[in-house]
Amino acid sequence: MTRKDWTRGISALWVVAIAACGGGGDAGGAGGAESAGGEDAAAGGDAAPAAAAPAVDPAVAATIAGGVEFAGVHPAMTEIDMSEEPVCLDKYNQGPPTTENAVGMDGRLANVFVYVKEGVSGEYPTPSEPVLLNQEACRYLPHVQGLQVGQTLLIKNSDAVLHNINTQPTANRGFNISQPQAGMESRREFSRPEVMIPVKCDVHGWMSSYVGVVSHPYFSVSDMDGSFSIGSLPPGTYTVEAWHELYGTLSQEVTVGEGETASITFGYSADMANADVPMEEPLVIRHAHAGEHETAVVAGAGR
Amino acid sequence: MDWSLPLNASTQGEAIDSLFWLIFWITVTALVIVEAGVLWFLWKYRGRKGRKARYTHGNATAEIIWTAIPALVMVFLGIYSGRIWANIRGIDSFPENALTLEVVAKQFEWNVTYPGADRMLGNTDDFTIRNRFEIPVNEPVVVMLESEDAIHSFFIPELRVKQDAVPGMTVPIWFQAIETGEFQIACAELCGLGHYRMRARVVVHEPDSFEAWYAERSAAATASP
Amino acid sequence: MATIVAEATGTPVLADEHHMPFIRKYVFSTDHKVIGIQFLFMSLFFLLVGGLLSVLIRYQLGWPGKAIPGGGAFPETMAPGGIILPEFYNSLVTMHGTFMVFFAIMPLLVGVYANYLIPLQIGAHDMAFPKLNMASFWISIPAGILMMASFAVEGGAAGAGWTSYAPLSARPDLSGVSLGQQMWIVSLVVLGLGSLLGAVNYITTIINNRAPGMTWFRLPLATWALFITAILILLAMPVLSAAMIMLLFDQTIGTNFYLPSLGGQPLLWQHLFWFFGHPEVYILILPAMGFVSEIISNGSRKPIFGYHSMVFAIIGIAFMGFIVWGHHMFQSGMNPALGMSFMIATLVIAVPSAIQVFNLMGTLWEGNIQFHTPMLFAVGFVMLFVIGGLSGVYMASTPVDIFIHDTYFIVAHIHYVLLGGSLFAIFGAIYYWFPKMFGRMINDTAGKIHFFATFILFNLTFFPMHGLGMKGMMRRIYDPAQYEHLSDIQDTNTMVSIAAIALFATGIYFLVIFFWSLFKGKRAPANPWNATTLEWQTPSPPKHGNWLEIPVVYHGPYEYSHPDMDRDWLAQNERPDIVSPAHPGRTAQAQGGGGSDGGAVTGHHHGRSGVSA
Repeated sequence: MTRKDWTRGISALWVVAIAACGGGGDAGGAGGAESAGGEDAAAGGDAAPAAAAPAVDPAVAATIAGGVEFAGVHPAMTEIDMSEEPVCLDKYNQGPPTTENAVGMDGRLANVFVYVKEGVSGEYPTPSEPVLLNQEACRYLPHVQGLQVGQTLLIKNSDAVLHNINTQPTANRGFNISQPQAGMESRREFSRPEVMIPVKCDVHGWMSSYVGVVSHPYFSVSDMDGSFSIGSLPPGTYTVEAWHELYGTLSQEVTVGEGETASITFGYSADMANADVPMEEPLVIRHAHAGEHETAVVAGAGR
Repeated sequence: MDWSLPLNASTQGEAIDSLFWLIFWITVTALVIVEAGVLWFLWKYRGRKGRKARYTHGNATAEIIWTAIPALVMVFLGIYSGRIWANIRGIDSFPENALTLEVVAKQFEWNVTYPGADRMLGNTDDFTIRNRFEIPVNEPVVVMLESEDAIHSFFIPELRVKQDAVPGMTVPIWFQAIETGEFQIACAELCGLGHYRMRARVVVHEPDSFEAWYAERSAAATASP
Repeated sequence: MATIVAEATGTPVLADEHHMPFIRKYVFSTDHKVIGIQFLFMSLFFLLVGGLLSVLIRYQLGWPGKAIPGGGAFPETMAPGGIILPEFYNSLVTMHGTFMVFFAIMPLLVGVYANYLIPLQIGAHDMAFPKLNMASFWISIPAGILMMASFAVEGGAAGAGWTSYAPLSARPDLSGVSLGQQMWIVSLVVLGLGSLLGAVNYITTIINNRAPGMTWFRLPLATWALFITAILILLAMPVLSAAMIMLLFDQTIGTNFYLPSLGGQPLLWQHLFWFFGHPEVYILILPAMGFVSEIISNGSRKPIFGYHSMVFAIIGIAFMGFIVWGHHMFQSGMNPALGMSFMIATLVIAVPSAIQVFNLMGTLWEGNIQFHTPMLFAVGFVMLFVIGGLSGVYMASTPVDIFIHDTYFIVAHIHYVLLGGSLFAIFGAIYYWFPKMFGRMINDTAGKIHFFATFILFNLTFFPMHGLGMKGMMRRIYDPAQYEHLSDIQDTNTMVSIAAIALFATGIYFLVIFFWSLFKGKRAPANPWNATTLEWQTPSPPKHGNWLEIPVVYHGPYEYSHPDMDRDWLAQNERPDIVSPAHPGRTAQAQGGGGSDGGAVTGHHHGRSGVSA
């Protein structure tokens, strides 16, 4: 056997090694070297053609506002046994902490993520200010929130205990990181729209949060009295969707004219519990709901 | 830190500790013989000019002696350990009428399912408590160990209990506490970034205090399904 | 210039070294000695890497949650502001184990010395397959680069422990690591391929290329140990590679070998891993035993005590090594009845290890002991390996293992075996064969300082870990203070960490004297230790092709202090007129009678003496 044969053989092994590495990475969905920097990630995602979004004249900007109503009785809130984390428990001076997956005033539903699902086109600039996800008293604050594609999610630990932040989205890249000390901060961006992304802490099984990632700024989360408001919209016709972690989604079409405020109401009811709650990106062709999504919901609902 | 084992609070712990100290004395004896022998030889046969080492290729008698003695000690230890092992883990060793609990490990918590008022797992009056493992003293307890995600290990140092919780398997273990007190479950198998904090409270009650606690929890569980 | 034909390959090799371009001579070299030296530099580098990782581990355990001084340079995903994160800690313990086992200790023992010593000790010009040999080294380099690079990818390096138990290693959602784990797998599969190439080569070479008269029972024990080790690698490594590829498939293409949700079995990984992993332990200790036997016999100026029982002990350990893997799994959920049989096998395997230690003691007995640096490390090996061996008895006993499994008792045990054992033997071997490899001596006083500092600091680092294990301190734990039963051990951990960092500093000191001696050391004679085996009967360093003329062997490997000679050593290839016994316990026996060893002096090995001058 000549030397050349050998050299070739070794080169072939190299190629196999490199291919196996690269191939493995891609298949795992974590390949490539994506910058942690916000700007790069923001530019990513397969956003629509790069037509800049029309600047909305404040004089003609429309608003969609309304409320989320709830028929029936809210499920009883369960007490969380936080005795294992005195650091957190001591922060509650008005009664013990409870679960928060279905809350709101009587006849109202809070923590509903409301966003414009269809009717918005163009690209919107990524806001430079981050959105805060605070871990305080072994809870996520807020429980539900939205942010734009590429916008920084600032994750902060305000407790002197270990929290981990585990999120496994479907359209975006997941992460599972930890913050063992108070005051620690991490920054992450999502490069594609996805409603919703569940966030959980595996150290404290009761902790859960949902983040909606949208490609534009037209989203809101309902208050305790069920109200929400989406402003600065260009006039037009939109499909608005409401999402709740237990009761699923509702949507309706609404048209707003120049300077108008359209009022809409979403009506949830107690018998919608255990609805099929979608957990995937909007504005793309819908898939049939796969089993894994249901699993995610069950975990998120804490039942 | 002193050189001791932690407080022992279980029946199997007595057997394990006594075996530990038996092995300790055997190994310390062997250790002293070897280390002292080596040091003594190093001193006694240190090289000197003009001296020549003894020319020998070995000695069959010596070989037989130092093969046979360790072999006998090891076989003895094997048989002795085997009997204790059978008493702890053997399929026949499980006591009847033990309190049977189900422990499901997941990142990073221990969910303990108690059998409810009827003391039978698998029906509607079962109730589950996160990160609290409460048992009565002087009563055998069987734990059906499961895991939801990674492999964890159910470790209560004071009860001398350790068993991996493997996803897809239900592993039964049993033990009997002999001391009341508060201890902790620790995870002993690397299970992810929260591994070092995967702990749960263990309470070993006096029988009547256990009954009171159990009745209270049972009632609460039935009240709010 | 003499041209010598190495029969096994039919390739002409040169005894003189000129006319060879630099790249052929030192980079893509097929000379077993150059390859051995290449492995030496590579594995010393990874030893340094593994050591650095251990310093970080010990920093976190010694001062939990405190920022590393100057640690601000770490990326936010590893140690924000110098505070090590739990997930980075998991990567540290995983990669420390991986680098030390696969990239430092194993190549130091096998890559370096199997390559360097085998042809020299058996009297061959080179390996049977020199190019395969070159490939085995150059395959290790991309594997090492890939492993190093995995620190830099998103999610960080593998963090499921060096044992990478599934499902944690198979599910990125549980570990937070995806690409890093895949790179870990690919790197080790590639490295394993290199080990296999090497193993085939060593086995073939020892069987076929022995010099005339070099019968099986005249082989030096280092070569014996490396021969058996190569067989272990050949039989065990493919199992690891197969298990790893299945793990990679579970991660990437959705198979479920180890994931129970669709019928997989997590324990399958453990069975496969430890079926490799336990023989691996002996891969890491048998060559060390071999080197130490060489050095102790030389240092005691005495034939090795019980040469044959040493050989049979090595073979016994090797074969029994394949039936004890379950002792890593007593608490894994495996059938307890199975635990019983693995326990008996494990306790029995302690016996051949004991035989080896007693034989080494027997060699010291009535010797004329020379305390040169290699001898100190060899004696250090015996003293520390005994502790590692005896602490293994606790784990072998299944009931005791319930308590100490996965605690620092195990960490102490493995470090007494792999650091106090294997690495001490490696240091001994480096000091012993350095003059042969590089033609220069390492200063003996500098070496002795290295030995005593290492010996003391090693014990200060690892002996207290037995106590930590007895307290129930779990392995791979980021912050023991989280547990009540570990509340009073922080002082011990801090002390251990200080000792460990100082121990690392002795490693740096060693590297300094190593490289200093490489360039400035005193010129070495051919046989500085007055040793008997064949490698010392060529110049230091030996020329390309090793021998102008293949030596003929007349004696066993350790004919020290032969009564028929004034001098206290008799080389294997000199003085055919002096008779040395072939078997211990028997009187001297005539040579060349073709006894049970097949001990022919000349003639039988036709084709092997094809020297054309």
